[in-house]
Amino acid sequence: MARAATTADVFNAVAEPRRREILDVLAEGERPVNDLVRLLGLGQPQVSKHLRVLREVGAVEVRDEGRQRLYRLNGRALKPIHDWVRRYERSWEERFASLDAVLEEMGSTEEEDHDGHDDRHGEGDAAR
Amino acid sequence: MTDTTTGTAKVTLPADDQILITRDFAAPRQHVYRAWTTPDLVKRWWAGKRGTVTSVDIDLRVGGQWRYVMIANGDFEVAFHGEYREITPNERLVHTEVYETPGASDVGAPVVTVTFAESGDRTRVTMLTETHSKELRDAILESGMEGGMQESMDALEEVAVSLE
Repeated sequence: MARAATTADVFNAVAEPRRREILDVLAEGERPVNDLVRLLGLGQPQVSKHLRVLREVGAVEVRDEGRQRLYRLNGRALKPIHDWVRRYERSWEERFASLDAVLEEMGSTEEEDHDGHDDRHGEGDAAR
Repeated sequence: MTDTTTGTAKVTLPADDQILITRDFAAPRQHVYRAWTTPDLVKRWWAGKRGTVTSVDIDLRVGGQWRYVMIANGDFEVAFHGEYREITPNERLVHTEVYETPGASDVGAPVVTVTFAESGDRTRVTMLTETHSKELRDAILESGMEGGMQESMDALEEVAVSLE
């Protein structure tokens, strides 16, 4: 059971750099395992092992076509990661929103910077 | 200027120990750089809606120190400090960043690289934080969750109104 956490959680599944490389390749389109082996420069057993982990968390789906097994990305499975990062993004967005207001005011009070005068006026003030 | 850039910050995770924030601003690059590096101006935006900035020290030279302090909503102090490693005015800043918590160390502190680039009539700012460990990177991301969604929406609304 100690291994369960590694494979059951999409965060852990993508913590491995090689698995992220696989996702990057699959983001561009469906691929047979042989393509992944060639593109990643890994042995087939390693690639298969990584694909199995990714499939267990739903990040990768597979279908058979003729004699080939084709793997593709399932972006929905990555949503928890996106949501997690998104909250951090919001807290910075709030900070940047305040910066927007400061910049807006600078723009309306410093006419000399308008009309394309790019004389770097005032940059020396920065350190004060 | 009716152009709004609110809500456009993008956060990506280029590597296990990195956070990359990208954001456009509807202002000239010199203004953005000045707002980023002038204490009186930093005081006005660095806390966002999460508190009030009480102190900003900026010694803008290589090897110089910076320290920002805010009183967060809920009445506790939050402070960061670091040291400037590289300074190219209006273009690029590299500095360390230490969140002042018990046991926090300057050794192996995260390194932040900020770039300012003209992008049409806007300025694109990128901020890359390199933490040297996935654990610290994840801890930083987790800390971002403390910013409530409600506050964030309020801030966006306020700025949207001021831009009209």
